[in-house]
This record gives sequence, structure tokens and C-alpha cells, in this order.
Amino acid sequence: MVRRIHRLKVRAARASDVGCVQRATAPTLSQSAGVLRTPYGGLGALFVVCCLLLAGCGKEPSTSAGDAAETTPSAPPGNATVRIAAAADLRFALEEVAAEFNKTKPDVKVTATYGSSGNLSTQIANGAPFDVFLSADRSYAHRLVEQGIAAADSEFVYAIGQLALWVPSTSTLDLDKLGIKAVVDPSVRKVAIANPGHAPYGRAAEAAFRSFGVYDLVRERLVLGENVAQAAQFAESGAADVGVIPLPLAMAPAMQHKGRHWVVPCEAFPRLDQTGVVLRSAADPDAAKRFCQFLSSQRCREILARFGFLSPEE
Amino acid sequence: MDWQAVWVTLKLAALTTLVLAVLGLPLAWWLANTRWRGRALVEAVVALPLVLPPTVLGFYLLMAASPRFAPGHAVEQLTGATLAFSFEGILLASVICNVPFAVRPFAAALEAVDRHLIEASWCLGVSKLRTFWRVALPLAWPGVLTGLVLTFMHTVGEFGVVLMVGGNIPGVTRTLALAIYDDVQALDYSSANRTALVLLALATISLAVTYTIAQRRPART
Repeated sequence: MVRRIHRLKVRAARASDVGCVQRATAPTLSQSAGVLRTPYGGLGALFVVCCLLLAGCGKEPSTSAGDAAETTPSAPPGNATVRIAAAADLRFALEEVAAEFNKTKPDVKVTATYGSSGNLSTQIANGAPFDVFLSADRSYAHRLVEQGIAAADSEFVYAIGQLALWVPSTSTLDLDKLGIKAVVDPSVRKVAIANPGHAPYGRAAEAAFRSFGVYDLVRERLVLGENVAQAAQFAESGAADVGVIPLPLAMAPAMQHKGRHWVVPCEAFPRLDQTGVVLRSAADPDAAKRFCQFLSSQRCREILARFGFLSPEE
Repeated sequence: MDWQAVWVTLKLAALTTLVLAVLGLPLAWWLANTRWRGRALVEAVVALPLVLPPTVLGFYLLMAASPRFAPGHAVEQLTGATLAFSFEGILLASVICNVPFAVRPFAAALEAVDRHLIEASWCLGVSKLRTFWRVALPLAWPGVLTGLVLTFMHTVGEFGVVLMVGGNIPGVTRTLALAIYDDVQALDYSSANRTALVLLALATISLAVTYTIAQRRPART
């Protein structure tokens, strides 16, 4: 590489000879000769940077090959991938589910993207490359079936969602005594929920506020997360005083030890039938179906129950 | 460190910089030389991504790329793939987003080149292309380099459009900036912090190097 820079400098020197012909512009001549040499040094430097970059890129052919396999439908057997678009309340539970799934099917790679159900279903309707959609309610999954994007016979309820109030350990609010009234306590300035516009749990939180008659009082204090995980993060970081979030997030290891929660009674909001569908564009429909079957299995139900999901039969 | 995200980010930034070097330099050269009255309009369009919210661009790109609408449908018919939520999609988005970061420094640097040298070169019978390549570009090099580095680093830091058009898909469209966003939502602050520190260091170093190179020019003349 050093030799390359040297060569460029030699060329730069030659380039300055072209400048020598231009005697008519004598005052600028010396400048241009001087300047010409420097910029080519810059060119050399950029060359070096590019070479280093390319060398760095070359070191990761394995990952890029992995990417290719992920996007090519005709991936060789033994390299199957299930790409899941999952409601954000599954963020911690799904990792454990996938790990358990891989114990029996180590050849199937499971990748997940989390977001609000409404956001994900819009992305899927616009062609986002996923195989399975796990919604936090029934409506968003069902809409994809109606649009012909998800397979009609693949619709299944994998869990019933529960809602919880969460406050950090440092909070003085007595959740057991106050219940949902905690959100209208004078000490509370901000209450985090997911955006009701496209997050089912955000809508559930609003419904719960209404059914307890606190909606008008709490409305001014609401801060909207892009999805429930962001709402939970608002509460966890202390930016919001209370978070009204899915119970599975409140019970996740990352949150559980940092605060207290109170489970909102199920009657306070419309039932969240968390529904999954397999997309018709699935790259590997068999692997996708196998993962969905696993989601309905007893072993998976136990994991989900540990995170605070109710089983569909309850 | 999410190495998949590192790879996606570097690939995206390098390709964006390459595309804008190829397309942006001729445009900047034209802007630096033209006396056309519509020039102001072209300059305005070039600068548009600076002031426009990323969501505006993201929204239109998403609509255009969606297989439900005509342009995206045509692309799907031709290539069998959709632009939305694909690497090509975020590449297109980041090229558009970065036009001002490349073209404006390019044009400013090319405009600052002494016209006498360019015209002398033409008078000596050197072709216009060769003049650009051998006279204008070497003289404007610090500005061009600034544009390239800014484009690269701004692509690394692009967030809104990439999230909207790319959809945060691991290994395909999840860049480092999105990985931080994801880590924070997963309450994995230490991982977010590591990635953020790397980006902070990278941005500081690259900008310092660029400014050093840009400063060397007036010192010599």
C-alpha cells in the first residue's frame, strides 16, 4: 500500500508538469504545483481507507453468506430460517421460546423483528419479508388473512395477553392499595403506554382507564411509546413514573427486579387474543408451520405462562 | 457488538458513497459551471433532504416501493423482488437522503477552482472531461473528500428513513443505528452503550481527519 501511495505521488509530480506548460498564468502556477501534490496525497489516503474497508469486508464472508441464505427462498436444507414479525410484548418470551424450539430443531434458524402489531402488519402488507406474524390481538392478524397475505388456515391463538401497571422500585406509589388509580396520583407526572393508534396493548390500556373512570384525568399525562417495549423502557428508565404495559414485559427478568407491578383485571379491557399467522409468501412454509405448531405445544405454553401469558383455553 | 449490523452498515455506507461519487460529481460540476436560470431550482431540490423530515421521504419511498402501487409493482414484475424492506430499498433511500451531503461540498469545492486554470487547460486543447479529471478534481480534492466522508458517516448515522423503509430486519436492513434503538427497547443498555461509543469514536475521528485535510489547503497557498 505504501508503494501505491508512492506511485500516486510520482503521478502527481508528473501531473504538475502539465501545469508547467501554463506559463501564462504564472502567479497561480506555483500554487497549482504545490496544491496538486497534496490532493493526490489525499487520494492515496482514501485509497488506503478503501482498501482497509474492503479488506475488513472480506473478513466476514460467513455473515454475508448467511444473509444470502436468509433472503433466498431456495435455501439448502438444513439451513431453514423462520423470520418472525412479533408483537413487542413477546420481546423477552420469544427468545426463550426460540431457544427451546432449537433444542428439538437445531437446523432451523429463528430471527425476530419486534414492533407494534399495527406497524408490523402494515409493513407485511407492503411486502416486508417475513414468514410468520405474531400479533398482540386478533384483528391485525385477521386483516392479513382477509387481504390474502396470510394463509387462512394458519390462523391460531397462541396466548391471551394480560396488562399490568409497572413502577420502579424507587417509586412511593402503593400499587396494591391504589390499583389503577395510581396513574392519577398527584405525584405522577407521566404515564407511559404504547401508541393506541397501532398497538393493541395501548388500546387495552386506554380501555382500562375508561372502565375505571380515570381516562379524562390521565389523558394529559400519557406519553406514547412507539410500541409496548418502548413504553416499558420509558418507565424502566424513570422517564415516565408509571408504565401500563403487557404483563410479560413487567415479568421479564430485565424489568421484574427493578420494580413492582400490579395486574389489571381482565374484565377492564377487551380480551387480547394474541393471534399468529403464516404468511403466504413464506420462504419455507414447512419450517414456519413447524414453529407455529411448537407455539401451541404444552412445552411452549409453560414458557409463555411463566412470562405471564394466559393459555387460550383459560 | 452486532456484527451483522456492522456488516450491513458498512456495506450500505460504502455503496451509498460510491453511488453518490459517480452521480454527484457530474451534477456538482454542472452546477458549478452552469448559467442556466433554473439552476436555483436544481440546487433547491439537491438541498431538500436537509430540511425535509425523514418521514416524508420514508413515506413516499414506501408507497413507491410497495408492490401494491404502480412503481413498486413494476419493479416486482421486472426483478421478482420488492424494494420496500430490502437492502436495495434502504440503499435507494440513503442515496436520496445523502444527495446534499455529497453534492453541496463537491459543488462548493469545484466552484472555488480558479477559472483561469480550467480555461487555460481548454485553450491548450485538453478535452473537457480530461480537464475535469486532471485539473478541476485534483484542485477541488479536499472539498470532494469532505463530501465523501460526510456521505459515508451520515449514512452510518441515518435512522428515520432506514427504519421506515427498511423495517429493522436483522442481517438485511438492521444498521448499527437501528441496533442501538433495538437494544434500548430490549433494555440491553450495555450493548447499546458499546455500539454508541464505537459510532461516537468513528464519527469524531473521521470528522477530525476530514477537517485536517481540508485545512491543509489554505496553509499551503
